[in-house]
Amino acid sequence: MDNSKILSLNGVRTYFELKRWGFMHAGYVRAVDGVSFDLARGEAVTIVGESGSGKTTLLRTILGLAKITDGEMIFGGRNLDYNNSRDLTWLRWQVGFVQQDPYGATAPFMSVHRILSEPLIVNKVPKIEREQRIREALDEVRLIPVDDFLHKYPHMLSGGQQQRLVVARALLLRPMLIVADEPVSMLDASVRVEVLELMGKIQETHNLGVIYITHDLSSVRYFSQRAFVMYAAKLVEKADVNEIVNNPQHPYTQVLLNAIPDPEPENVGKFKEIPSGEPPSLIKPPPGCRFHPRCTRKIDGLCDTEEPPEFEPRPNHFVECWLYKDGDRAA
Amino acid sequence: MIGMRRRKQAVAERGRSPDRTEGPGLKVEDLTLYFRSTAGVVQAVEGVSFELVRGRSLTIIGESGCGKTSLARAILRLLPKNVHTYRGRVFLNGVDVMKFGDERFRKDVRWTRMSMVSQAAMNALTPVVKVGYQVAEPLMLDHVGKKEAYRKAREVFNLVGVPEAFMDRYAFELSGGMRQRAILAMALITDPDIVILDEPTSALDVLTQANIMNTLKKIKQDLGLSFMLITHDIATSSELADEGICMYAGQLVEHSDGQRFYREPLHPYSQKLMASVPTLHIEKKPEFIPGQPPSLINPPTGCRFAARCHRRFERCDEEPPLFEHGEETVKCWLYETG
Ligand SMILES: Nc1ncnc2c1ncn2[C@@H]1O[C@H](COP(=O)(O)OP(=O)(O)OP(=O)(O)O)[C@@H](O)[C@H]1O
Ligand SMILES: Nc1ncnc2c1ncn2[C@@H]1O[C@H](COP(=O)(O)OP(=O)(O)OP(=O)(O)O)[C@@H](O)[C@H]1O
Ligand code: SF4
Ligand SMILES: [Mg+2]
Ligand SMILES: [Mg+2]
Repeated sequence: MDNSKILSLNGVRTYFELKRWGFMHAGYVRAVDGVSFDLARGEAVTIVGESGSGKTTLLRTILGLAKITDGEMIFGGRNLDYNNSRDLTWLRWQVGFVQQDPYGATAPFMSVHRILSEPLIVNKVPKIEREQRIREALDEVRLIPVDDFLHKYPHMLSGGQQQRLVVARALLLRPMLIVADEPVSMLDASVRVEVLELMGKIQETHNLGVIYITHDLSSVRYFSQRAFVMYAAKLVEKADVNEIVNNPQHPYTQVLLNAIPDPEPENVGKFKEIPSGEPPSLIKPPPGCRFHPRCTRKIDGLCDTEEPPEFEPRPNHFVECWLYKDGDRAA
Repeated sequence: MIGMRRRKQAVAERGRSPDRTEGPGLKVEDLTLYFRSTAGVVQAVEGVSFELVRGRSLTIIGESGCGKTSLARAILRLLPKNVHTYRGRVFLNGVDVMKFGDERFRKDVRWTRMSMVSQAAMNALTPVVKVGYQVAEPLMLDHVGKKEAYRKAREVFNLVGVPEAFMDRYAFELSGGMRQRAILAMALITDPDIVILDEPTSALDVLTQANIMNTLKKIKQDLGLSFMLITHDIATSSELADEGICMYAGQLVEHSDGQRFYREPLHPYSQKLMASVPTLHIEKKPEFIPGQPPSLINPPTGCRFAARCHRRFERCDEEPPLFEHGEETVKCWLYETG
């Protein structure tokens, strides 16, 4: 199979209008504010960012569940028209969705069989083929023997099994792309890896594109090729996963990685340098670089007034930070 | 602060009884807590014993449902209505507080000597009462005058890093991190010896979490109190833990010093659990533990981990006791002595 792009986002913005008393315009929440990237077939990327940075909104935008305010999105070679409902319906069936909370993702009163039948019925898949596909999907996520699971209800499954069921459902319609919103954050460490390994295998077998979003880079680093760091509605750094981990360039990425501990007994005595303050408002983001109020390396008169464009200080390593304006790597 | 410590010291002296053990701190013996449920009796905590010396901090880790929260509740006697069995001994600074009546336990132990930040407490702050009042309240219930309670509240607000001005705000006006700090202030205001933290940072961001861990370390250093940190997040637990307890299916399976706990745990389950933790800075692919923990309604006889254990042998059909292995304790036949 070819390695061509399946998804391209160019300057995508997704704003939510704020209304006062239900009708007066009171500004926008700029939840996604100028995001661009390409995703190749068979490639997995991780988007890591803090709570409220716009990760879920970005995924909802990709799923066609939130309307693009500006910019363009090309999926499977098609430049999507968000005003065309046929485009949107098509898109939704091409992208499989794995959401954060496995416990709330499936209707508790439906059996596994019913949960998996629903999307196929909606898509008018003939009955015989339906059964076949359900079995395949369950087998693929290792809910086996399949017959033991078909008639169970979600509460009879462990958290990891429920999340595998959600993955099975996302696979049913044979999507080109799977997007997963914190797919393992509600699970125990001991099962996280199991679910991620399974998703990794499925991604390889079907040459799927996968987008993971998470605030926990450690879990997914072995399951993705590239990582994007999101801060205040922007992707401030994009590179190969190992490159991000070993050579973080953006000051925000640097403090973020520094804040993530490994389980080491030495941590007890060490205090960490963490910038105080919190991510900015997305209604009135600060001028210039959005990280400048917390940044220890900001350049006065530049970072606080002008928005940094994207620089490429190292090959295929993109950073939205003024420190790299001269092209080379800043100390 | 010092005044309060003395006051409590006096309480402890009064409580002096023949059940004293040696040093100050917490000692738990054979603590057991079962719940009634429609499906049967849930053996949430089964024969847990450990000791924590004053000033040391401990983490309790283990998979979801292994009984971490129930153990904390058993220690603090915060019990639901459907308790089936509740027994064992809890010594606080040498005094067997399990012998105390509920009234006395409430007055002299819970909150005053041992407090707790519950799982998801952040969302439990009352929206209609100012945060300062909510934090001061436990003291006022303890018959401390309003003025003194507020003075003390200001002190703990500073301690946990919440600006004093926030005392006049309502919970919804605070960010998640600030709310969690306010909850922590509430648990500290009575100047306890032991503070149990049940998943205190799991709902927060990485940076906020790291900031709060810094604060907890500082408090631990400055006040010399003991934290008991219950968490899923093993990497974060290492920020605070001088020693660690690993629980499996309602039982304590290992209690070790931090060095051993994170580097070379003894119990096969602790080993597997540590190997499942992803690391960011160290290149090491995490591994998962096949299978699932057993039901606590009909737990297996013998070692509860046997079905998933990579080192099981004949002996394991019988339940292992807690063996001592140097300073450590471990519930596994591999460490049978003598
Ligand atoms: N439908 C909506 N209407 C208005 N504002 C919204 C809407 N959905 C999200 N937002 C706002 O957009 C911002 C980004 O939210 P989003 O849920 O995308 O963040 P996130 O990175 O997924 O956070 P988390 O890690 O907490 O899930 C937040 O300020 C949020 O309040
Ligand atoms: N009030 C109760 N009544 C009946 N069963 C209960 C009650 N509280 C807890 N349990 C059960 O006791 C067992 C231990 O629960 P507990 O909440 O202590 O686990 P935990 O280790 O804290 O899990 P988590 O990491 O998910 O918080 C579980 O099987 C749980 O379902
Ligand atoms: S007692 Fe046996 S089965 Fe249990 S953990 Fe030890 S070696 Fe494994
Ligand atoms: Mg989200
Ligand atoms: Mg719990």
